[in-house]
Amino acid sequence: MQAFSELLENLYYTTASNEKQRLLLAYLKNTPDPDRGWAIAALAGTLRFEFFKRHTVKQLMLSRVDPDLFAMSYDYVGEVSETVAHLWPDATEQPATLPTLNELVTAFQQVSKQKVSALLADYLSIMTPPQRWALLKLGTRGLRVGMSARSVKKVLATYGQVPVEEIEQLWHALAPPYAELFAWLDGKQPKPDISNAVTFHPVMLSHPVQDDDLEAIKAQPDEWQIEHKYDGIRVQLVCNANGKAIYSRTGDDISHAFPDVLEQLHFHGVVDGELLIMKDGNIDSFNALQQRLNRKKPTKALLASHPAGVMLYDILKYQQSDVTRHSLDVRREYLEKWVANNQQPAFQLSPMLAIHDAEQLEAAYRQAADDPSVEGLMLKRLASPYTAGRPVGQWFKWKREALLADAVIMYAQRGHGKRSSFYSDYTFGVWEGDKLLPIGKAYSGFTDDELKKLDNWIRRHATGRFGPVREVEKALVLEVAFDAVHPSTRHKSGVALRFPRVHRIRWDKPASEADTLDAVKRLIR
Amino acid sequence: MDASQWLHKQPQGLYCEPADCYIDPLHPVEHALITHAHADHAIGGHQSVTATASTLAIMQTRYGEDMAGSTQAVNYREQITLGSPNDPVTCVFYPAGHILGSAQILLCYRGTRVVISGDYKRQSDPTCLPFKPVPCDVFITEATFALPVFKHPSIEQEMAKLLDSLAVFPERCHLVGVYALGKCQRVILALRAIGYTSPIYLHGAQRKLCDLYERQGIELGELIDVAEVSDKQSLAGNIVLAPPSALSDRWSRTLPNVRRAMASGWMQIRARAKQRQVELPLVVSDHCDWQALLDTIEEVNPNEVWITHGREDALLHALTQQGRTAQALSMVGYESDTQD
Repeated sequence: MQAFSELLENLYYTTASNEKQRLLLAYLKNTPDPDRGWAIAALAGTLRFEFFKRHTVKQLMLSRVDPDLFAMSYDYVGEVSETVAHLWPDATEQPATLPTLNELVTAFQQVSKQKVSALLADYLSIMTPPQRWALLKLGTRGLRVGMSARSVKKVLATYGQVPVEEIEQLWHALAPPYAELFAWLDGKQPKPDISNAVTFHPVMLSHPVQDDDLEAIKAQPDEWQIEHKYDGIRVQLVCNANGKAIYSRTGDDISHAFPDVLEQLHFHGVVDGELLIMKDGNIDSFNALQQRLNRKKPTKALLASHPAGVMLYDILKYQQSDVTRHSLDVRREYLEKWVANNQQPAFQLSPMLAIHDAEQLEAAYRQAADDPSVEGLMLKRLASPYTAGRPVGQWFKWKREALLADAVIMYAQRGHGKRSSFYSDYTFGVWEGDKLLPIGKAYSGFTDDELKKLDNWIRRHATGRFGPVREVEKALVLEVAFDAVHPSTRHKSGVALRFPRVHRIRWDKPASEADTLDAVKRLIR
Repeated sequence: MDASQWLHKQPQGLYCEPADCYIDPLHPVEHALITHAHADHAIGGHQSVTATASTLAIMQTRYGEDMAGSTQAVNYREQITLGSPNDPVTCVFYPAGHILGSAQILLCYRGTRVVISGDYKRQSDPTCLPFKPVPCDVFITEATFALPVFKHPSIEQEMAKLLDSLAVFPERCHLVGVYALGKCQRVILALRAIGYTSPIYLHGAQRKLCDLYERQGIELGELIDVAEVSDKQSLAGNIVLAPPSALSDRWSRTLPNVRRAMASGWMQIRARAKQRQVELPLVVSDHCDWQALLDTIEEVNPNEVWITHGREDALLHALTQQGRTAQALSMVGYESDTQD
């Protein structure tokens, strides 16, 4: 635990990513199994269970400190784990020996629910603030030390002197504490066999298209496959002799939430597409899909009113054979064959748009902007193999232009993590008559410099406080950008914005000239 | 007489009416009493300034010999009289333990005693006299680190962290952000105290005040200006002290393989260190931490506590819980991120 805590401290404060990788490599070399495997799981975010709930941590703390002082401390620090790490009373006598990481994991895995809280309190009391922080972050699976899963895999590859692609391929089929993986990397055992595992395969991602990319594509449109960019969620369907599953783009198994899709999946292979609400072949908006997301178990009524389907656009495995090295046009043939073998209402083939010149491309883009179920175009090089990650120059997304509105900042809240102690979350509203109605919240789109200015403005114009929320003078206009407006019954304003962010800060514009609610409602399609 | 009738908050700062003077005013005034020489308490341009001799010397170093129309140096514990001789305000400066020359100011009017503590700390600091608890009716305190999360470790422990890092990364130049006045000299002395005898390198902005401290009899050991080092590569494995603003500016790029550190009470909060791209946070503060604030108020045991600036909500809450009479003055302009 001591070594793990030191590793986290070092990783947290180190900014250069190759330096971070060096730190982790040194840790892997100096730490025995299974501790290092648990550390890998913690960093890569693959721990399968929470040791304790955030609520438990908070309750434990509140029984030891005045609740108002806790709230003020949390508001200032911006993070529960760190607040607790500092507030927890220090041990008065010589602290007992620390458990190993494996002993910790095992203890929390085995402890009964009633005793979790006491076990946690005992551990916290023998630790220093950095160790407490490490335990709390680990136990709530909230570890953020600026190291991506990808760079963890790179370090593993360096450690075992194998290509990182091999780690990527194995990754989702293996589980912490990765004994087989380390045995292979140490040269003590052969590479784990995962050929028939039902597991997630890393996906290929696209880049936002730049002007010069567009020029190149317009010059030779026949080298590109052009499709609509659907406004749903990216999924991967896996089906083989051992079972079947639906994965999100981050590799989470979301099969349970989409039983309607899963039951229609029967032909072996791994296919890639966009999950959408599809009624009789018609695609509904993202707003409709939202009803199904975050529901672990949809009700029968919801399944009937919001049936899900997948718009398929790529294939990684046809039956048993890996087709990722084939070019996109060849994979398309495999995909069509796969769909022919798995004919079900839930599966559609993403149509390829017939585009042979620049005018047709522009026209398709304009047309896509009017269709509520799509959010632009996908431009994919026909020659592209299926490469995990975000390879350069292969796939582009050309999203439709954002919608804009001038809104008045009404409330502000402090941010978390890197932005702790800055007011970085803004609720903004537009006019209905002489009243402002909140229409959304934004916490991105500004630079660090702008954040400092906004934070300063908020501190000087605060008029009230509701817990952590500051009300401010209705005097500053933000030009907010968003992808769409949907009608909403949950908000007093009657509208919900999709992915709102700050586009510009209008220091110059009087609040009275901000937009009206009617103007925003006219943007609903 | 109720202190709030003769001592109140004005846009310029705290104003003592019967003495017609301001304490630590933020704008030029006719007569100013200055607790200490940090830039957010002491500005140039007043017509007359009353402060300790060290504070005046620092102000003159920073703002020039003509930083005020006239100056009056007072010794600690020396009583001076302000205002009308028939209805005087007596005034005494006591050590505050914050930086060289720092003082608490006791104002006494018609039998009511008010202590304006300025900024203060209770940890030991060889560059100044220790804080002296002064009995009073109203104790005016800062609340910079007034949250129970703030627990300042000893400076020796933090400097040992710096030396450990030098041992682990001998190829890296350790650039430490320190406020030029007070923090810089305290850090140097603490390094000397734990046996670091190598030369310590200075950014140009640190030099004048270090020289002043030496003239005031505080020995800092061998200090070398970075500007005078011809081979900057030789700074690998050495300590360079620079103002926090220089930590990531162009100047720092001339140094070899920089490891950024910063000595400040804020460094206890991870995100604060991160926001400044600090790799080695050193928790060194010239203020009280939470417990020290509560202990000091307990020890001074005034009838009333006024809180000037900082995390006043939390301190007000805790004091009210204890049954004390307290109020927040919410004075703005007295907190800078870098020097605390």
